[in-house]
Amino acid sequence: MKQLALVIDLNVCVGCHACVTSCKEWNTSGPAGFLADRNPYDADPSGTFFNRVQTFEIGAYPKTETVHFPKSCLHCEDPPCVPVCPTGASYKRAQDGIVLVDYDKCIGCKYCSWACPYGARELDQNQRVMKKCTLCVDRIYDESLPQSERKPACVLACPTTARLFGDVNDPDSVVSVAIRENGGYQLMPEWGTNPANHYLPRRKTQISIHEDELIRVDNPLKKERQLPMPGSEEQTLDDITSW
Amino acid sequence: MHPAFSVIFLTTLIGVGQGLFLALYTGQLYSVVNVLPVQDSHSFYGLGSLLTLVFLLAGLVASVFHLGRPERAWRTATRWRSSWLSREVIVLPAFIALTALYGVINYYDLNPVLFSLNGEIHVELSLVVGGVNTVLAFALFFCTAMIYACVKFLQEWATPLTVVNYTLLGSASGFSLATAFAAYTGSGLVAFYAAWAVIITLAAFVTRIASLLRNANIKYKSSLRSAIGIRHSNIQQKSCGFMAGSFNTREYFHGATKRKFRSVKWTFLLLVFPLPVLLIGIGLGTSQAQVFALAFAIQYLGLLAERWFFFAQARHPQNLYYQTA
Ligand code: SF4
Ligand code: SF4
Ligand code: SF4
Repeated sequence: MKQLALVIDLNVCVGCHACVTSCKEWNTSGPAGFLADRNPYDADPSGTFFNRVQTFEIGAYPKTETVHFPKSCLHCEDPPCVPVCPTGASYKRAQDGIVLVDYDKCIGCKYCSWACPYGARELDQNQRVMKKCTLCVDRIYDESLPQSERKPACVLACPTTARLFGDVNDPDSVVSVAIRENGGYQLMPEWGTNPANHYLPRRKTQISIHEDELIRVDNPLKKERQLPMPGSEEQTLDDITSW
Repeated sequence: MHPAFSVIFLTTLIGVGQGLFLALYTGQLYSVVNVLPVQDSHSFYGLGSLLTLVFLLAGLVASVFHLGRPERAWRTATRWRSSWLSREVIVLPAFIALTALYGVINYYDLNPVLFSLNGEIHVELSLVVGGVNTVLAFALFFCTAMIYACVKFLQEWATPLTVVNYTLLGSASGFSLATAFAAYTGSGLVAFYAAWAVIITLAAFVTRIASLLRNANIKYKSSLRSAIGIRHSNIQQKSCGFMAGSFNTREYFHGATKRKFRSVKWTFLLLVFPLPVLLIGIGLGTSQAQVFALAFAIQYLGLLAERWFFFAQARHPQNLYYQTA
């Protein structure tokens, strides 16, 4: 069964928030209505976002690493947020595994958000219904867009290609290969939610170069030997240039 | 979790209603088998049901404030196969309807004897309706508590003790109210209800303490390490992704100081258990209805604090993503 998902590479995410703003821009402009934004330019702003980037510092100074950690709905394969919904507004699509909220059925009881261990759902303050990442379902199937743009807004916006998009149940997809080859993992595996989104861990990219690799000791033809300076009469410019 | 007053009032008010109905029906059952004197069905069971309805409807009104879109509330009855919330939404109106029916039957004395056992025990219509409604009362306790107990990663709630506590605490407050009601209506059941109110309150004390002890020693399955998947012993959050509040910081944090949090715990431990028991004892000694009413009022106030604490104590794993909030 198809399961669309994002794979987020923590090794290259630079925490620029481009995915956050592009997500907000795309999803606030859609037919489902805008995303709440209270006091956007005042003290205490608060609004609905489907995707947020957090920053963690790992290790003790000075040996620290900064990890930027984007998080949106993980489109769990066994989503605990779906069965608890009393109205059926929360559902998981059979055809591609996307977990969605039907904004016309939701009564805003917040129960699904309690049942999501990842805090991926947010109640919209204006529409008073539950909202969350849709995996840009209104984009990825839009045939009026060129094929290369039928991807989530956040994936297209990411300047470092830290976000990959594809079917995690297809072993040859770009996301499956990335998960397999780079040790992709799921968040909070202890709850058995089986999130479809995966994260790629920090990887050490090191090359070791020894001195003898910079200056060749073994140089039988003396290729890099400095030639003696020719006398001023011995050569003309034509002898040493090739035109 | 952030305790929502709508849910605090909903769960405590319908708890009183359910408990009061159970008390009325217990009294009726005992009188049928001739253990207790028969009460006047018009004034006692009829008005008692009316009082039950007042609490249930008040709870229903409180619940509306919890919904973002109450006008769509009818939709909540559709997912009873998977959602405990949906089941509660079905059982609650059914319970209200049968309570009303039970009240009407008793108030207008439309109470034909359906059949007799051994020619001695006369089973009346109200007894059958009340029996079915008793099942609904327990089903409602179960559904309400399971809404919380079924969320497995809210580990403070995910225990059978949640169901036991909701049932016992609701019943205790209902029997306390029944004691006061019996005293005001001059019924002979005061001592009977008072005894049960004390017994159930003490039982609830034991199970609530058990859940407090359990929760004090809880081992959380999730940690910041499993939340972000980085196995390092020293992780500090530098930014939660935004500067002011969000749904995530408002909905899952109770925001009270440690002192307030602890004082609420001691408040409810005092108001729900020892004080009402003491007052009911004094009431039995002085035979004053006001003392029983005070016992109920204090216990109900205590239950409000108890429910606040119940919600505030639950630590949602999403809070791991908001270390600095
Ligand atoms: S991340 Fe949360 S909201 Fe998304 S599918 Fe999983 S449980 Fe549901
Ligand atoms: S908030 Fe909406 S989507 Fe969530 S459980 Fe309630 S009705 Fe369902
Ligand atoms: S897939 Fe779409 S909705 Fe989800 S985080 Fe990315 S941009 Fe936002």
